[in-house]
Amino acid sequence: MRFVDFLAQVIRIAIPYLFAAAGGVMAEKAGVVSLALEGFMLSGAFAAVLGSFYSGSPWIGLLCGIVAGLLFGLVHAVASIRYRADQIVVGIAINLLVIGITRFFLRLAFDSSSNSPRVAGFSEPAQGNIFLASLSNPLVWAGLLSVPLLTWVMYRTPFGLRIRAVGEHPEAAETLGIRVPRVRYGAVALSGMLAAMGGVYLALDQHQFTDGMTAGRGFIALAAIIFGRWDPARAGIACLLFAAAETLQIQLQGTQAIPSQFVQMIPYVLTIVALAGVVKRSVPPAALGRSAD
Amino acid sequence: MSSATEVASPESVSPVRAGRWRTRVEEAILPPLIALLIALVAGDILILSFGQSPGSVYRMLLEGTWGNAYGFGQVIFKATTLIFTGLAVSLGLRAGLFNIGAEGQLAAGGFAAALAGLLLPGATPTLIAVPLAVLAAALAGGAVGWVPGVLKARFGAHEVIVTIMLNFIVLALLNYVVAAHLHVSETLHTPEMRAGAVPRFSSFLEAFHGSAANITFLFALVLAGIVAWFLFRTRGGYDLRATGLQPDAAEYGGIRVGGVWIRTLALSGALAGLGGINYVLGYKHYYEEGFGAGAGFLGIAVALVGRNHPVGVVLAALFFATLSQGGLAIHALVPKQMVEVLQGLVILAVAAAVPEVRRVLRMRPGIAAA
Repeated sequence: MRFVDFLAQVIRIAIPYLFAAAGGVMAEKAGVVSLALEGFMLSGAFAAVLGSFYSGSPWIGLLCGIVAGLLFGLVHAVASIRYRADQIVVGIAINLLVIGITRFFLRLAFDSSSNSPRVAGFSEPAQGNIFLASLSNPLVWAGLLSVPLLTWVMYRTPFGLRIRAVGEHPEAAETLGIRVPRVRYGAVALSGMLAAMGGVYLALDQHQFTDGMTAGRGFIALAAIIFGRWDPARAGIACLLFAAAETLQIQLQGTQAIPSQFVQMIPYVLTIVALAGVVKRSVPPAALGRSAD
Repeated sequence: MSSATEVASPESVSPVRAGRWRTRVEEAILPPLIALLIALVAGDILILSFGQSPGSVYRMLLEGTWGNAYGFGQVIFKATTLIFTGLAVSLGLRAGLFNIGAEGQLAAGGFAAALAGLLLPGATPTLIAVPLAVLAAALAGGAVGWVPGVLKARFGAHEVIVTIMLNFIVLALLNYVVAAHLHVSETLHTPEMRAGAVPRFSSFLEAFHGSAANITFLFALVLAGIVAWFLFRTRGGYDLRATGLQPDAAEYGGIRVGGVWIRTLALSGALAGLGGINYVLGYKHYYEEGFGAGAGFLGIAVALVGRNHPVGVVLAALFFATLSQGGLAIHALVPKQMVEVLQGLVILAVAAAVPEVRRVLRMRPGIAAA
């Protein structure tokens, strides 16, 4: 396999992780636990297919996906900020809710329990060259840019400073006149939209929605965030690393070199190792999971 | 200081106590009721969107679950696993620990039970084989639960992340073992166990014919009682609850919090692992990939709606089991996926209602002062 093709494949796998990890970093830096990435992604994937199916345009699909992510991000924000619900429970509830909703409406819209019909996407893999196909997909560029952009927002803009302040010490931020709930609402809503774009990419890349198609990718993104010690750039590198491992595994399939299940475990094992601090301990934002009073 | 002695005078104690008790009951019961109402309204909307009448769909749901012996048996069967995972999650939450690993612990327990039944000679008497298989399930689940406990006590690793990651690791590991070494060809399950099966209810009561409900349900009820006794009547339970309320104060009071964390997560894992026997010993008699079908995650919902009390857990398990069995019953009119939406909504609504109800009740005159 040529190196370019390998690279293209890595990027193709990494894009959903990059979007979701960018969204997750934003919410977690603001102090809101981000277990709903999986649900945001799945909602984005489904809404994108709905939009693309009824309009014939992938751009409308993208828009619908972002709106879906925004909606569920707001549900997350209202429940965990306005009502001070346990953020972990809210995340899990949203994941379950989105699975149910996408299944229900898959039935209602396409009368199927497994997948949607084929819809228009950005790239046509029929061109034969996945490298060129990736280059023509705007979501690939958006995904690659999301990490540097997020780094810039987090460390070079007032909004980013507020997010970090709110996530490290909400009381101090409050004293300085920052409206803590408002910043958190913004961060969680943006996080929903970003993660949903990962789902949009996934669905439009495959030109259809299949039941449960995110298949744990939101949790791999979460693993990348923790492995990257809540830093956007490091989390992005972790996403690429996990995607490279997956690409290798796909290449090795059939050679029986390493059972695929062991490659699947890599992100999760690395995350636990990072949390336990074998190399350098991964420390979350100080106010993560705490609601401001 | 002097005001404290005034409050303690006998005349003032009883009305305050009664008020507190009422508040506690309301705090426990109101959130699930609010959630149920929200779910009913959402359910109506979904049913109407499919052009059906809510009344007839809900009637069909009840008739297909509590209305006949088979449906009731299936509710009991599904509730059994949920009681185990619900108890597991709630035990952790009582100690301030969020065990999201019940899914993996459940699978590990089921696999260990199936393996025990496979390794034992076929002639092993049931009275020996069943306890051994049950023990294997508890040990396997407990071992998976023990890991995040140690990582938290020793290294401060947050148990939520570790248990999530362990779910994926355990499931991948079990998939590998079954796929590479133990499966019956053309299937994703292990060979049938030689010993250790437990009887279904249908072998005593003909009415239950066809349903998978088995005596594991009774074991689950007994276990709920034991957990309640442990939590509220033993020193270990006191240490556990004190740790959950305020770990620093517990440590200061002489409780070794790290030890409580490790023991609680191991116990929690063992409870979730025991859930595996319902399916393996009571129903299929083998381990199958994905047999838990989300029962581990639903255990979080059960613990939440059951307000972390063993009695509440049993009731909540019956409620969620009714929903999932009810989905099958109404499938002719409305897609069964509707109940998954309702389950998600109930969890979200309860999570949001718990702090809100507490806040509103605490603002009630007379209670706040107590």
